[in-house]
Amino acid sequence: MIRDITLGQYYQTDSIVHRLDPRVKIVATLVFICSLFVVEQAAGYVAAVLFLAAVIRASHVPFRFMMRGMRAILFLLLITFFFNLFLTPGEAVFSLWKLTVTEEGITLAVKMAVRLSLLIIGSSVMTLTTTPNNLTDGLEKLLRPLQRFRVPVHEVAMMMSIALRFIPILLEETDKIMKAQMARGASFDEGNLIQKAKSMVPLLVPLFISAFRRANDLAMAMEARCYRGGEGRTKMKPLHYEKRDYVTYLVLGVYLAACIVVGRVVPWGSIL
Amino acid sequence: MKIIKTKDLVFEYIRRDEEGNVEGITTAVDHVDLDVNPGDFIAVLGHNGSGKSTLAKHFNAILTPTEGTVWVDGMETEDQEKIWDIRQRAGMVFQNPDNQIIGQVVEEDVGFGPENMGVPTKEIWERVEESLKAVGMYRYRKFAPNKLSGGQKQRVSIAGVLAMHPKCIVLDEPTAMLDPGGRKEVIRAVRALNDVERVTVILITHYMEEIIHADKVFVMDGGRIAMQGTPREIFSQVEKLKELRLDVPKVTLLAHELKKEGLPLPEGILTVKELVDTLDALRTGEDRWR
Amino acid sequence: MALILDHVTYEYGNGTELLVRALNDVSLVIPDGQFIGLIGHTGSGKSTLVQHLNGLLKPTSGNIYYNGEDIHDRDFSKKRLRSKVGLVFQYPEHQLFETDVFTDVCFGPKNLGLDKKEVQLRAFQALKQVGLPDDCFYQPPFDLSGGQKRRAAIAGVLAMKPEVLILDEPTAGLDPKGRDEILDLVASLRKENGMTVILVSHSMDDVAEYVDRIVVMNKGSVCYDDEPKQVFAHKEELEAIGLSVPQVTDIMHALKKAGWWSADTSVITIEEAKKEILRQLRKG
Repeated sequence: MIRDITLGQYYQTDSIVHRLDPRVKIVATLVFICSLFVVEQAAGYVAAVLFLAAVIRASHVPFRFMMRGMRAILFLLLITFFFNLFLTPGEAVFSLWKLTVTEEGITLAVKMAVRLSLLIIGSSVMTLTTTPNNLTDGLEKLLRPLQRFRVPVHEVAMMMSIALRFIPILLEETDKIMKAQMARGASFDEGNLIQKAKSMVPLLVPLFISAFRRANDLAMAMEARCYRGGEGRTKMKPLHYEKRDYVTYLVLGVYLAACIVVGRVVPWGSIL
Repeated sequence: MKIIKTKDLVFEYIRRDEEGNVEGITTAVDHVDLDVNPGDFIAVLGHNGSGKSTLAKHFNAILTPTEGTVWVDGMETEDQEKIWDIRQRAGMVFQNPDNQIIGQVVEEDVGFGPENMGVPTKEIWERVEESLKAVGMYRYRKFAPNKLSGGQKQRVSIAGVLAMHPKCIVLDEPTAMLDPGGRKEVIRAVRALNDVERVTVILITHYMEEIIHADKVFVMDGGRIAMQGTPREIFSQVEKLKELRLDVPKVTLLAHELKKEGLPLPEGILTVKELVDTLDALRTGEDRWR
Repeated sequence: MALILDHVTYEYGNGTELLVRALNDVSLVIPDGQFIGLIGHTGSGKSTLVQHLNGLLKPTSGNIYYNGEDIHDRDFSKKRLRSKVGLVFQYPEHQLFETDVFTDVCFGPKNLGLDKKEVQLRAFQALKQVGLPDDCFYQPPFDLSGGQKRRAAIAGVLAMKPEVLILDEPTAGLDPKGRDEILDLVASLRKENGMTVILVSHSMDDVAEYVDRIVVMNKGSVCYDDEPKQVFAHKEELEAIGLSVPQVTDIMHALKKAGWWSADTSVITIEEAKKEILRQLRKG
């Protein structure tokens, strides 16, 4: 089941989007998310969808693969949709049993659903086309100015990348421990909430002990390889902006401006 | 100059109870004197708890002696200012391959050491390439470590140390968690480093068959050096090895048993081929033996 | 007939479109009281296979029968199966979790819903059986040595009184001394309790002297299933799939090649080998 989640997964292929500097992709994602919340008129969303479709096409990631990740989020999406649909006060359109659907409700529900889907797909384009390591590198460099305010940017980035490296290992270990305890007659899905919580102890204790031992080993291995924090460290893959990155920034600016004009300024109501 | 030298090395673990009071002291390494010449292949043998891993951690300044001194390439390990030079000079590979690979891609992991040392980017790439080629893992440079077998992961770990251009590599039971195939590929890679690149190798292990190519073997027991010599000298003392509860290769044991029956076999036979050739010579020159 | 695997195939997805076939049409009969060595290199499917025997994994196709009953029938209790087919995993660190060894060994029988007295009695018996010294009983399991942890883990499964005991690489990470002790323990447990034992290992040398039967796995299929001596006759084939025959057998093979004898002499122990070599030499 865990294997189905594609959000945060990297899809290996070669494309212009893959080759972009991770900083560009982080900024682009932020810009895209902002654009979703600036626009007010439907035309703005059309612009956003077109932009996203173009990016997905350029990324060479199969759309189907992307949608697999959406399935995990679908439930969340439906909940928000129905909440907005039924619980927004305003002019009633029709009522079902005790629930009233309002005009405002419909607009809001559709708008939020569209925003949320675009937001999730948009961010997954970033994670699908950028290796986690590249992503942390990008974050580290983007946030570098914060170092002046004593924010340990390098350390946080290193921690993130190590955590990402160990997630698959710990998942596999969880599976093994569960099986080892089930072989001794344990069950993890029986009884009420308290019994369930109790049944987690035989899983969590070995898992924590193992995680701590791994952390200890890893710290020793890092020290043995001369790791002493970010100072004086060079990079094997330093980030450099290329021409395509500058071009992308330009495109982003144009896109944001277009969104604002099309989705906010142009009085479509009076034109149509 | 010796690449590694210890004099009267003692290391004690202090066990404390929950309040931090001293409960007892365990002497893990007990007055060890040891010299390693540059370019040597050294094996340190011993069962679990014999002190061999504790000893190994002194060669990289992960531990510092309670008493006595350790020199790495002439530098005292207690000298805090030299600590990074020492760690660069004597690299270390550990037992569990999963707990020492830091990078999420093979090549990035190999680059980790040079990055820490402040090596310029272009040179990092050169070092990564040559190190991965030296252990035969260049083909896998873009792989995620999780997708590799145990033996391959350990070879990546070795490449990671190699990229720091050490004079000496200390391997602390690098094969203990591997299957026979993985064990063979790691030992092969280690031997190649020693033969081709002339890197000094210190291999800590409890597998006897891994030490037959060593220049010198130290056998540890109870924190002390119980035996030392060439593999042949060590293997010729079958009774003593059994006493130390070590695993003498079956071929050596069989030769030993046959010798006890009166066959004129040399001491310390190490390989199947050796035994078969000697026995064959005996059979054809039958009369000589009778 | 204790355990029967009937054309068992197991597949799983690994995130890509392709399915990985971990077991490929495996059929095995495991009669009561047999001592079986299950051999294969890492990834050969041997661990996947044993996890099918106590219902931890469900076959994609095929059936598994325990005493004639299909273990994946709706009304077949998995819990009871797991107490009868005990599986000890490779690393004791994956199962030890209580504050002391005794309580930890109680975990299995307690899950069976036995009363407290019976649980404690079983735990005590199991700990005695595996030969842990008494002063270890109330120590935290994490303070034990590698070999002792392994014993505690085996006791944790023995306390459920299984009829079949499966050990997944019980000697991994132990030194030769610890390894021999665990193997001797398993052999004596089997002698005393008369249970079926399946020993999973990647080392022929480990199992050669103990087991009645060797099952060799490669790429999810069973490729040899016979008495040890019969299996070791396939030296080249075994080496081709990354396994090795015991060193003594290797020597005998080499002597055969050198023209010492023509018949197959699949000798396993040093004692047998010594006799055979001396006989050939004296025969002149």
